[in-house]
Amino acid sequence: MSVGSVLLFAYGNLSRGDDAVAPLLLESIQNNAQVDLKKTAILSDYQLQIEHALDLEQRKLVLFADASVSCKGAFELTEVRADRNSSHLTHAMSPAALLQVFQAIYKKAPPPCFLLSIKAEQFELGQPLSQDAEKNLRLSCQFAERLLNKPVLQYWRKFTDNARNIAA
Amino acid sequence: MYEQLETTENPDKLKRVVIDPVSRVEGHGKVTLLLDDDNKIKQVRLHIVEFRGFERFIQGRPYWELPVLVQRLCGICPVSHHLAAAKAIDQLLGIDPDSLPSSAAKLRRLLHFGQVLQSHALHFFYLSSPDLLFGFESEINKRNVIAVLENYTDIGVQGVKLRKYGQEVIRMVTGKRIHGSGAIAGGMNKPLTPAERDYLRADIGQIIAWTEAAVGLIKKVHCANLPYYDEFATIPSNYLGLIRADGALELYHGGLRAKDANGATIIDHVDYCQYSAYIHEQVRSWSYMKFPYLQALGKTKGWYRVGPLARVNNCAFIDTPKAEDARQEFKAHSSGAMVHSTLAFHWARMIEALHCAEGIQRLLQDPEILGDDLRAEGERRLEGIGVIEAPRGTLFHHYQINENDIVTKANLIVSTTSNNTGMNESIRQVAATCLSGRELTEPLLNNIEVAIRAYDPCLSCATHAVGKMPLQLELLDAQGQLIDKLIKHAGGDIERGVN
Repeated sequence: MSVGSVLLFAYGNLSRGDDAVAPLLLESIQNNAQVDLKKTAILSDYQLQIEHALDLEQRKLVLFADASVSCKGAFELTEVRADRNSSHLTHAMSPAALLQVFQAIYKKAPPPCFLLSIKAEQFELGQPLSQDAEKNLRLSCQFAERLLNKPVLQYWRKFTDNARNIAA
Repeated sequence: MYEQLETTENPDKLKRVVIDPVSRVEGHGKVTLLLDDDNKIKQVRLHIVEFRGFERFIQGRPYWELPVLVQRLCGICPVSHHLAAAKAIDQLLGIDPDSLPSSAAKLRRLLHFGQVLQSHALHFFYLSSPDLLFGFESEINKRNVIAVLENYTDIGVQGVKLRKYGQEVIRMVTGKRIHGSGAIAGGMNKPLTPAERDYLRADIGQIIAWTEAAVGLIKKVHCANLPYYDEFATIPSNYLGLIRADGALELYHGGLRAKDANGATIIDHVDYCQYSAYIHEQVRSWSYMKFPYLQALGKTKGWYRVGPLARVNNCAFIDTPKAEDARQEFKAHSSGAMVHSTLAFHWARMIEALHCAEGIQRLLQDPEILGDDLRAEGERRLEGIGVIEAPRGTLFHHYQINENDIVTKANLIVSTTSNNTGMNESIRQVAATCLSGRELTEPLLNNIEVAIRAYDPCLSCATHAVGKMPLQLELLDAQGQLIDKLIKHAGGDIERGVN
């Protein structure tokens, strides 16, 4: 487990077309971006699981990244609140359900968590990123870099109001 | 025995109830029940209705891809398929298990212990503990791991952390929690570093304590509900699994041992490369899943069960002290006789989890675990067989290649297949004793699922997974007219009625 007060947690399947966009964002941040990785922990997986709630402990801020078909622009940033939905019973657990698990385990509020949704279109097995997803990936990498270089709650919250306009 | 409930004489004249899908593991499953006008159960079948074709599509691939390819069979126990395939392709390089470098063999065992530990924790705490803690027919909204975390926080958190630890063992050895790469033909592809070993060492004492507590928990739950737990879904059967040369419980490598319901030995220390001489498979028209049986006993009496219950029943001892103490208590419960209670799978499963934790500790104390002599080479062969004890039971991988290293034939017998007859017999017992003659309700349906869950965490996963897989029961009259319907929606809501 990498340490750091901020966690970037990207999830998706590298072998399924645009579903790879979030893990590729993580790779880009790790290898190319000007981000201090001593302060930013990174984590990648196929999907969210119950035990990932343990990875949120002692974080100051958490940035989830995931592919999204419903995203209106190239990307969107939303603040995530704990929610007792039934997705923890499925293979598509939501960040909100993960925060609910965190609350159930630690009996306290989770750290502030945000979801960076990156616009994606096709998810066929063995396919590369679509051209649009490649463009969206570039834009979202720049945006994530800005966030990770200024891990301040109010600063991140500003973008949840107008991220769609920025990305459009 | 309940084999009389497999096939009824006049199915067209009976009411038909379908639980579809029951599951989504290694394919979809469904349960069908045929009832007469008095709701007496006349036929019960668990059908595995999806054809996966894995054996077919790995044909034509180079053999060295197999340990990575076959991991995709399963998201819960990919390491078991990885290691079974690795053992098979070792043989293609001319490497038998005894000639694998010692450090490579120990790394594989460490990886396997981590895999079994995380899978057992997932199955027991995430999937089955809601039934065991709240009751089989409890409120449906309680039957999930979140409710366990909220109502039994210490138990739930220990389960989550046990699974995480097992995954961390996998990550340290293979680089990833799921679908990493570690085993290659003839050995392993990287050593364990001192930092990785020390990272795992830091928590292993706590992990042992929690697995020990888990054994205590399931023993307490089991014994607090007697004779119900001893009788629910219980069927006397034969048991098959790997066994170490000295009779100890063995998960990674050994010979095949089978015992009958009375504990008499049927086969012992059989070289698993000869498995096809001892185990045959039967096809039945109503299921895509085959029905394996021991050739020595024939199709009717030769079916057997695999997995934790089989392994703990079959072994003479466990070579880690706390798990051995737990095994002796387990056997004392049946006065030393074979334990046939299907719910005792859970008890045996936690004994194995404790054994895995102790085994991990032992390996982390062994200097050879850091060795870098990790690969051997031998004389090429064209056929390789790898057998391992996966969390759910004995797993067979059998490959043939041509002179160009291309796979020409593959045969996989997974534990779900070996437990096919056992699962069917168990749900027939439950249907006959719990459902027959009663009005169908969702809690009653859960009794069927509880019986299936005891065998197979993959099927359990799907029976608990409500996202896109609602459960639906339909009650038809003898003319096929829908007269009642029960639907469990994605959100867990229950709706009843024919509209």
